[in-house]
Parts: sequence; structure tokens; C-alpha cells
Amino acid sequence: MDLLSRKATCNSHGQDSSYFLGWEEYEKNPHDVVKNPHGIIQMGLAENQLCFDLLESWLIQNPDAASFKRDGQSIFRELALFQDYHGLSSFKKALADFMSEYRQTRVSFDSNNLVLTAGATSANETLMFCLANPGDAFLLPTPYYPGFDRDLKWRTGVEIVPIKCTSSNGFHITKLALEEAYEQAKKLNLNVKGVLITNPSNPLGTTTTQTELNILFEFISKNKNIHLVSDEIYSGTAFSSSEFISVMEILKTNQLENTDVFKRVHIVYSLSKDLGLPGFRVGAIYSNDKDVISAATKMSSFGLVSSQTQYLLSSLLSDKKFTKNYLRENQRRLKNRQRMLVTGLEAIGIGCLKSNAGLFCWVDMRHLLSSKTFEAEMDLWKKIVYEVKLNISPGSSCHCEEPGWFRVCFANMSEETLKLALKRLKKFVVNGILSRSCQVGESQSLKSSRKKTTTTVSNWVFRLSFHDRDAEER
Amino acid sequence: MSLDKNLLSKLAVGDKHGEDSPYFDGWKAYDNNPFHPEHNPQGVIQMGLAENQLCSDLIKEWIKANPQASICTAEGIDGFSDIAVFQDYHGLKQFRQAIAAFMEKARGGRVRFEEERVVMSGGATGANETLMFCLADRDDAFLVPTPYYAAFDRDLSWRTGVRIIPVECNSSNNFQVTKQALESAYLNAQETGIKIKGLILANPSNPLGTSLDRETLQTLMDFINDKQIHLVCDEIYAATVFAEPRFISVAEMIQEMDHVNRDLIHIVYSLSKDMGLPGFRVGVVYSYNDSVVTCARRMSSFGLVSSQTQSFLAAMLSDQIFVDNFLKEVSKRVAKRHLIFTEGLKEMGVSCLTSNAGLFVLMDLRQMLKDQTFESEMSLWRIIINKVKINISPGSSFHCSEPGWFRVCFANMDEDTLQIALQRMKHFVLRHRENKKRKSFQENLKLSFSSMTYDEHVRTPTLMSPHSPLVRT
Repeated sequence: MDLLSRKATCNSHGQDSSYFLGWEEYEKNPHDVVKNPHGIIQMGLAENQLCFDLLESWLIQNPDAASFKRDGQSIFRELALFQDYHGLSSFKKALADFMSEYRQTRVSFDSNNLVLTAGATSANETLMFCLANPGDAFLLPTPYYPGFDRDLKWRTGVEIVPIKCTSSNGFHITKLALEEAYEQAKKLNLNVKGVLITNPSNPLGTTTTQTELNILFEFISKNKNIHLVSDEIYSGTAFSSSEFISVMEILKTNQLENTDVFKRVHIVYSLSKDLGLPGFRVGAIYSNDKDVISAATKMSSFGLVSSQTQYLLSSLLSDKKFTKNYLRENQRRLKNRQRMLVTGLEAIGIGCLKSNAGLFCWVDMRHLLSSKTFEAEMDLWKKIVYEVKLNISPGSSCHCEEPGWFRVCFANMSEETLKLALKRLKKFVVNGILSRSCQVGESQSLKSSRKKTTTTVSNWVFRLSFHDRDAEER
Repeated sequence: MSLDKNLLSKLAVGDKHGEDSPYFDGWKAYDNNPFHPEHNPQGVIQMGLAENQLCSDLIKEWIKANPQASICTAEGIDGFSDIAVFQDYHGLKQFRQAIAAFMEKARGGRVRFEEERVVMSGGATGANETLMFCLADRDDAFLVPTPYYAAFDRDLSWRTGVRIIPVECNSSNNFQVTKQALESAYLNAQETGIKIKGLILANPSNPLGTSLDRETLQTLMDFINDKQIHLVCDEIYAATVFAEPRFISVAEMIQEMDHVNRDLIHIVYSLSKDMGLPGFRVGVVYSYNDSVVTCARRMSSFGLVSSQTQSFLAAMLSDQIFVDNFLKEVSKRVAKRHLIFTEGLKEMGVSCLTSNAGLFVLMDLRQMLKDQTFESEMSLWRIIINKVKINISPGSSFHCSEPGWFRVCFANMDEDTLQIALQRMKHFVLRHRENKKRKSFQENLKLSFSSMTYDEHVRTPTLMSPHSPLVRT
């Protein structure tokens, strides 16, 4: 249809993927303890709902922040009119300090190097617009957050080339995988502009190791035109702050401040995960490159943070007593929750990748697949959504190389609901073991489609951005 | 600048964001020396910012009376956690309903808006860009009647790669867009192989301050329907209309002209001007095309309205009594300001384009130009900023085809400041007039030596004693 743009008519927005389809199913039949106890439990949403009580009590004690007042004086008009894309300086200062706290003040952030954006969604897209031209590529370790297909590629025209990570070494980035991705990009005639990692990782729930960071820094030191973007939106969810190493820290410890690498490392941050405030749309880009800051600041006009929200959060985050306590409590509660899910899964013979961060676990259900194929993964996923009534995210939606892995969120529900989810899963697994003996015949027909599926999926990874992608490949 | 030009994207190193333009000198002058009645009475008065500061008292009163509208007060805290996690790009249903209702009221209840078509965006800035991404590919073009809002260059083109084709309008018919001008621009584009995807304009217009009459709207609708191209109407100043012709939205025209293909019609709205809330970043894309609604909604992920703000506005805009009174007051207060300012200018012999809307007027200073060129316009502008100390916007920044027009905002300051600005203008205009007379007299001197003694007293008041009251005004 020539009436609309190609962007409007293609499906590069990626929203036909199973990640989003699972959401749709949940929306049709959402679990509610009272109103719909048999509905689908949402475990596909990486939200942090564990610490609202802390936020709510702070708000009650600090009425000025909520009601457009400063020292009892109304500043409503000031806030209502404030649309300066440099952002409220008190908010940026508080945010910079907050980011530093999560890194146990091993790094300090200069608020002048921060650009506020409408969520990390906008921050990631804006960075692509600033660092890459249409047709350039960014290398991303798989598995990765499904939303990246939309955020990094859709309107920017940038391509993603995967750095394939596998369970053989706990999905760590290896030098070999990185180089292979780079070569693959060259083969496809794509100009590589950078590497983008999520640290801590979504969907793995693990912090990037020192070894991996060394590999990445060695790579960008060698390749002078390549940027390193580290999406650190889960930094506050690391169960222990000492295990999280920010890319900004590496710059410091490796004394790279006066080298060209210094300006090629950028961070994306947000308050959606650490503070559990995704509705408020607070994202940020942090960069040591003045030109990036300048361009990104101008682009932030397309998605500024509401001044009402900036003011509220500047008060909240300036309260150091509150933030210290919050950080500690948040980490403790997340760790406990993760423990609950992991042990619950272990009890039914399901393992997880050992994780130390995040709002989810990377769950190993390979042994529940009828065959080692993505089609079998889809079958299993459909059963879990429609029969077990749990919305979890299949690894294929995260571009995982191997079928059978699922991302399961644990911080967006009450403890009771998590226990209920585990109970349902247990029933499914137990019944599955009993009925598997009756299903030998079925697996024969799957073998013939295995070959086709593998090719289709690997093509999918590359062809997502091409505008003529067929409906069948979904 | 980075040593390696290829390190960053072309977007990042280029200047298509438009912010390097000389017009920002006016802003810099203001930022370096901002007027303040007590602290800096000789500072630059900001009249280049189309803000509506006239009705914030009404909103403040409402906030005081409705603590439950905030999720952060004791009265509203129960809603905090649900709102804080709400990031669904459909937006809060109550918010969408309230926005649709507000938009209807701002159009006198003459149209109906469906809340399912209300799509959020990062202000009207985000809305305009999003629509370009949905409707056009890189290098496609949109027609835009001149003069137009300066930032359209950035909002419509910068990251989208969409081209702007200006449709020239001129003062001979008060800058109204004509069928002839549209057809001519369209044809020229076609001949050079440029693909026109649509027409975009602001109604009421920035910088003209005028709203379109029915006839012009019919012309526009027939034009785009004939070519089967899109029509994007930026109606962000809808509620600022204070005199005839009353505001006619394209939504109303659709009802009358049902032969026009609805899939081509899209509205941009915002609360930044009508409500004076630019800081809250509330933009709306309202399209009659289902595919555009879907696409724009997906793109709204890049600029959703903060749920805290959505929740607050849902409450406030659902208050019918408040909204009815607010809309009445906006129109009344804008009218009053407009009158004070235009009368004040009239007294000193300065006229403005006749306008019935907006937060500004288009001042006619063509007589004050040394010659009818844009260089003269810029010279005059620099004098007004640096000597008169008022930041106003020159017509060239709006791509006006004729030099000598200046946009002056009147709703972003209190009345006292406005009076001071008028005083400064008056002083400047009279001085300028005297200087001009003196200059022309001096030229006549060469021709008529004998009448000099008599004429001197009459035509050259500047030769009078410096304490003359005339000089002081």
C-alpha cells in the first residue's frame, strides 16, 4: 500500500513476535487473585513490583514533592512551563549520584554528560540515530531483549548482527564469537558501528564478567571506529553491588580517560527496573563524547521526561538516606524472590542458568522438548501459555541459538502468585512425564520439519529489518 | 568536533536540526541578560516564546482542591503502584477519554472524537515526527504553506529524511493559502521528480495567528483528495481562538465533506498551548486511518506520556465544570492580551496582521526596513534585540517570503512586563521615525536650500534641545 511509509507497512517493529503475542494472550485472560484465579499469570513482564511500599511511605512523608511545591511555595507554573531539553538540573544531578551509588561510588557521573529521554526505549533508539547511519550494523550478544529489534532498527535503519552465545559456557561472550559476528557483518557488506551489551543481561539475569568486558574493550581498542553501548538498566538489580562492573569503571581502572576509547563508550540507563517506575518514562544516555551529548540532547525533544515527573524524582533521589536504604532492600528482596523461583523449579527437575541479577531467570526446559527444535520450543511454549496458563518468554523471541530456554519473571507478582505459578508448572511437568510415553509417534513427523525450522530461524535473525519480510516467517 | 567524521552518524554531525541558525542569537541574548522587573529591569524581554501563561492560576486552584488527583498525595497514594508500572502504549483509558472529551469541547462540541484513536506522543514535536515516519519514506516530501513554525524543519525532516516543499503565501491576501499556490508547488515538485505524500499546516496558524475559514478548508480538502495525498492538521492552538471566524477543525469538515477519503486525514494536538503545560509533554496523534493509528501507537513507545501525568490529567480533564470554565477563560484572556498589545502598537503607528487566535501577532515593520530585503530584516532584528532589548522572531525564521514581518508573543509574561515592552517599542519606533525624517530632510536639503531655516524647526525635532519631551518618549 503506497499510501503509507514502508516503516508503517513492514513488520520491523517486531511486534508480531511471540514475545508480544504472549502478552496479547495474557491481556485476554489475565490472572487476578479474586476476580480471575484461573487466568494466565504474567511472567513475561520484567517489572519490579517488590518495593512500592518503600516509595509510597517516602511520598507520604514528603508531600511537597508530590504537590508541585518547594519549601511550601508553589512552583507549579515553573514546572508546567519547563520544557528545556537540558532537563531539570536538580534532577540530573540526583540521577547522576544515584547511578554512582549502584556502583558503590567506584565511578562518579557528571550530570552534564547525561541526556534525559522518554525511557530506555527512546535512549537506545536515540543512540542509534547518533552513532550509526541507515544500513550500518551493531553487534549484539544473543540472547537479547526482544524489544531491541524495534528500538535499535525500526526507524533508524540500523541492522543487528548477533554475537552467538551458547549454553556450553553459560552464554558468555567469547572472543571467537565476537570476531565471527564481525566477519559475518563484513560478509553482508555491513559497516559495523558498535557493540551493544545489556549489563546485567536481559534475559540471562547475569552480570557481565571481567573477562567478557576485557574482550569487549580489547575489541574496541583495536577497531577505532567502533562504539560500545552498555545498557545498564538492571544495574540496581544485581544482588550484590560488588558483582556488577560498569563499563565506566573499566575506563577508570584501565586508565583509558585520555584515549580515544573514552569517547566511544556510552551507557543507557532508566528508572523502570531499579525503581520499578516504567510508567514514568525516565531514561538516560550517559556519554563522555560532547558531540554525542549535543546531538542526543537535541533529539530528546522528541521524547522529553515530563517536568512533573522530573521534579518528583529529583526530590526522591536527592534523599540519600532513602536511596541507600532502598538499594539495599531492593537487592535483598530480589535475591529472595529469585531463590524462591529457583528452588521451586529445582524441585520439579527444572534448572536455571546461575544468575546474580535481573528480574527473571533463564530457565532450562530443554529436557521438556519433544525434539531439539524451535518448533518444539513453540509447541511447549503454547502449552505453557494456554494449558498451564503462564505467560513466559520463549528463547527464540530473544534470538537464542539453542531451543528450550525460557525467560521467566519473578518480581512482578506477589509471593502467593509465584507459588501458584510453580504449582501449576509442577502439575504440568508431572502430567507430562506420565503422558510422554504415549507420545512417541508424534516426534517422527517433527523430524522432517526440523531442518526447515533451523534455516527459517537463522534467516529470521538477519531478515527482520528487511521490509518485504513474509508473514509466514513469524 | 570528533577527529573522525565517520565516528558518529551523519545526523549527529550535520546541522539539519536547525539549531545553528542565527535566530538563536535572540535566545542567547535573552539567556545572557533576561529581564526581571526587580533584579534586571534593563534586561531583554522574551517575546519569542509562544507560551500560554495566562491560565495557570485556574489549574493551580484545581490542584489545591483535588489532592486525590495526584498519585503522590495521601489522598491519591492508593493508585501509586498501578500507575507507576503502567507503560501500556495505549495509554490510560481514562486519560484517552478525557483528552477526546477536551478536544471535543475545544471545538464547541461540534465534533466527536473516539478515544481509541487518541495516540500519545512526546508533545506535538513527537506527534509531527511520528506522522512523518508513518506517512512518508526518506526523500518523499510534504507541502507546507509559508510562513510556518520554524521547528517544522527539525520535527518533520531531521531524522525522517522527509523533504519540506514550501507553498508560498503572501500579504496581498493576508497570507491565505490558495489553490493556485498549492497546484503550482505540487506541479513543480512533480516535474523535478519529487514525490509529494501530503500537506501539513497549523490551524490556527503559527506565526500568523489566524484560523482557516470554511472556504479555505474546503479548498485544502478537495486538493488533497484530488491528489490522494495526506492532510495533517496541527491544531495545537485550537482553544486560543477568540474572535471570528470561529475555529473550524478538519474534524468538522470531514463530517460535511464525506466524499473525501478519511484515510488521508490526521490531526496533531497537544496541551502545551491551549493549557499552557509544555513541560508535561502531552502530544496527541489522532488519525482517521486505522493503519496509521496502529503504527503511530507502536511508535509512541519512543515518547509516551508519563503515567503520573496521564493520571493527573485524566482527573482534571474529566471535570466538566473545570474544563468549560477553563476554555472560556483562555479565549477571554488571550483576547484581552491581544487587544492591549495590538492597540498599543496601533498607537505608535505599527500595524499587525489581523488575527483571531494564537499567543502572538505578526507585526508589520516593513516600513522600518532600509530596503525590502532579508538583510535589512536581519539588521532591524538585531537592533530590536540588542538596543530595544526585546527578543522577537523575524519572519525569515518562519520562511516568510516577504521581509519585514516579525512574530511577537504576548501571552508569556505578566501585563506589566507587556506594558514595558510596548514602551520600549514605542520609544524605538518614534526614534526610528524621527531619524528617517531627518535623513530624508537632509537629502532634501541638497535640493531646497532656501527653505531650510523654517523647515528645520518643523521637520527635525532631534535638533531641538535634548531635554525636549518629544525626544524622551
